[in-house]
Amino acid sequence: MIAAFIHRAVMQGVPLLFGATGEIVTEKSGNLNLGIPGVMYVGGISGVIGAFLYENSLADKSQANGFLAIMIPLVCCLLGSLLMGLIYSFLTTTLRANQNVTGLAITTFGVGLGNFFGGSLIKIVGADVPSITLSTTSKFFSASLPFADNLGWFGEIFLSYGFLAYLAVVIAIVTSLFLKKTRTGLNLRAVGENPATADAGGISVTKYKYLATCIGSMIAGMGGLYYVMDYVSGVWSNDGFGDRGWLAIALVIFTVWKPNFAIIGSILFGGLYIVHNYLNQFFPAIPVNMSTQELIKMAPYVVTVLVLIINSMRKKRENQPPEALGLPYFREDR
Amino acid sequence: MDNNIAVSLRHITKAFGSKVVANKDVSMDIHEGEILALLGENGSGKTTLMNMLSGIYRQDSGQIYVHGSEVHITSPKDAYDLGIGMIHQHFKLVDVFTATENVALGMDKKTTGSYKDLTKAITEICDRYGFDIDPKQKVYNMTVSQKQTLEIVKTLYRGANILILDEPTAVLTPQETDKLFAVLRNMKADGKSIIIITHKLNEVLAISDRVAILRKGEYIGDVLTSEATVQSLTEMMVGQKVELDIERPEVEDKQLRLTVDHLTCLDKYGVTALDDVSLEAYGGEILGIAGISGSGQKQLLEAIAGLQAAEAGASIQYINPDTGKREELIGKSVTQIKKLGVALSFVPEDRLGMGLVGAMGMADNMMLRSYKKGRSMFTDRKAPRELALKVKEELEVVTPGIQTPVRRLSGGNVQKVLVGREIASDPTVLMAAYAVRGLDINTSYTIYHLLNEEKKKGTAVIYVGEDLDVLLALCDRIAVLCDGKLNGIVDGRTATKEEVGELMTHLKGKEATA
Repeated sequence: MIAAFIHRAVMQGVPLLFGATGEIVTEKSGNLNLGIPGVMYVGGISGVIGAFLYENSLADKSQANGFLAIMIPLVCCLLGSLLMGLIYSFLTTTLRANQNVTGLAITTFGVGLGNFFGGSLIKIVGADVPSITLSTTSKFFSASLPFADNLGWFGEIFLSYGFLAYLAVVIAIVTSLFLKKTRTGLNLRAVGENPATADAGGISVTKYKYLATCIGSMIAGMGGLYYVMDYVSGVWSNDGFGDRGWLAIALVIFTVWKPNFAIIGSILFGGLYIVHNYLNQFFPAIPVNMSTQELIKMAPYVVTVLVLIINSMRKKRENQPPEALGLPYFREDR
Repeated sequence: MDNNIAVSLRHITKAFGSKVVANKDVSMDIHEGEILALLGENGSGKTTLMNMLSGIYRQDSGQIYVHGSEVHITSPKDAYDLGIGMIHQHFKLVDVFTATENVALGMDKKTTGSYKDLTKAITEICDRYGFDIDPKQKVYNMTVSQKQTLEIVKTLYRGANILILDEPTAVLTPQETDKLFAVLRNMKADGKSIIIITHKLNEVLAISDRVAILRKGEYIGDVLTSEATVQSLTEMMVGQKVELDIERPEVEDKQLRLTVDHLTCLDKYGVTALDDVSLEAYGGEILGIAGISGSGQKQLLEAIAGLQAAEAGASIQYINPDTGKREELIGKSVTQIKKLGVALSFVPEDRLGMGLVGAMGMADNMMLRSYKKGRSMFTDRKAPRELALKVKEELEVVTPGIQTPVRRLSGGNVQKVLVGREIASDPTVLMAAYAVRGLDINTSYTIYHLLNEEKKKGTAVIYVGEDLDVLLALCDRIAVLCDGKLNGIVDGRTATKEEVGELMTHLKGKEATA
């Protein structure tokens, strides 16, 4: 049972990990992209559109090619989220619009865009339920190692996920190393800490901000793809993604801008997010009903607030947000 | 073009907005292997001009030639590639990075090698010039002087042969300044061109080979330092003769206004910054506070203003001028201190950080002091606007208008706004820290005059200054801080510069301090 809980917690955590890693890369450039929920949503629906077009082009769905079934939705997802990142970068970096306002607009826009296309697809299919099922492509996304089932709890906890889950962990580790060990990572952090200094050092602030935001958006977008293609087995229904995007942003703060912490943090958040379903099994004495479970769902946010408080009290400079986070940069400003 | 010329500027013009012209048709040359002092009043466009050379700004018109060929410097990187490095007044360092990481910024591994190689190279530069830098130290743990050293090391590491230093001594102690000058001479001997932007004429005379003068954005001319005097430079700089003597009016009726007893304060790292200081301030006199930077001046003023917590056992008492009643200030909040009728005015060291709101105009900044006045539901906007106009007029603040955000004004003009406002609030105790830092001579004199006017009105003025000559000319008494301790109080009329200098640097024995 505990293995099952951990398994579900990881599944819940993967979209958060993608989202958080993407947002960390973005924030390290000084861009506070509050549009991440919208970006992830668009990432999800773009993947769905890709998968839908691919499935419809097949005469016989059992003949589906695994490579194409994965690559088409993946590329669509990356393009969709890249577009959102570009819009955000153009508005905040080139036009120097307020980052918070732009971010919230991107979220609203992204969710609206996703629902529009989601609704349209559902209408095209003419389904009885307000959702669209893409089980053929989803099968490839959620495929785990065939021998995982034979390894008992070990297999369930470590080997029972689709490839995107492992990709999320790999990306988080690579990002962490990138930020810590490489010169480009150093330059990126400098842009987020003190863009004027980075600029004086010969680093193109605009280029870094654009690249970090766009790559960050693409990473985050894969969270949406994982959610719809693996977690819910290819069933898209409007607004199904819930508040996972905000949870990803909370996770960024929780992990003090460190992607490697985010791996554990995302599983913790995932666990806290679904623990209400398991409380009855773990502790039959505690009554959990529809209303109390909403209270328990707050747990990740409460933990984030606690981390914020503890961090502010410890005053350790390295654990603070990038110093220029949320501020526009203009060289001739004084 | 002459081979010996490193950089030529031709007909450079740069304007901010439509009204403020920072540089107008400036043409000048910088030779190889010379130290050029760029001199000018505040807002005369020195920094702007140099920022165009270092790629921060782009000129509206005009050409730049480096070693004879025309160049287009569009970014700081272009400047670095041309061997031009600038050390800005506000250091361009990332606080959470180590010294090495800061040097590595923007450079790829192929040119610098690993961090280990880089650390070695930094140590070599440090050894060669006698710098004292720990490559692994985080910048936020460094002193101002160390940060500046790191900036110079960074520029040297990048192979700059044209160095621009923007008011490098403003933040240094005399000893640190000497060290810096020694380094600059070494670099000159290496054939590097050095441009130093400064206000301090004695430093110009001490270090430079040639002086170029800007006035109100225009190039006035250059003179060889060997042929220049303080008088002649001042004349070129301001275009009119400046009265060099600071007046020190005598006030007969001096009344005790403030007593500080056994004041001990900790800085933000929990280190004792001010150690058992006791002193008195009288109305009708200017009490100078001298000391090398970081000796506890900030803590002393902030403790009196209610911004800094004092350790147990201390007492700060204010004597009400009307009733003669003593009021204990410790334990009271800033607002409470105000409500008691205690008017403390404070010119913070960091003029934009604490004193003014950068995004607001002059008028609104004036209002920060007065918005609680009156009973009307709405704030009175008229009085602050009039005050702003008055300050603009009297202190000759250069701004497109009183509604222009003060952030866009040059450093000196920002300071004028701040000092003007503090004095206008008609305080009984006026504390001014570094009130003339970064100001040109004319404005400095205006400020000294204003302080003297306050003194004549019976205000107790506490003036924290850096320039010993000014302190000795302006103040009635000078309290000298050394390493957080009060190392002596001398009479401004009789004390010598050497006396004060010694008190600043050598802590007397315990028995002698009493």
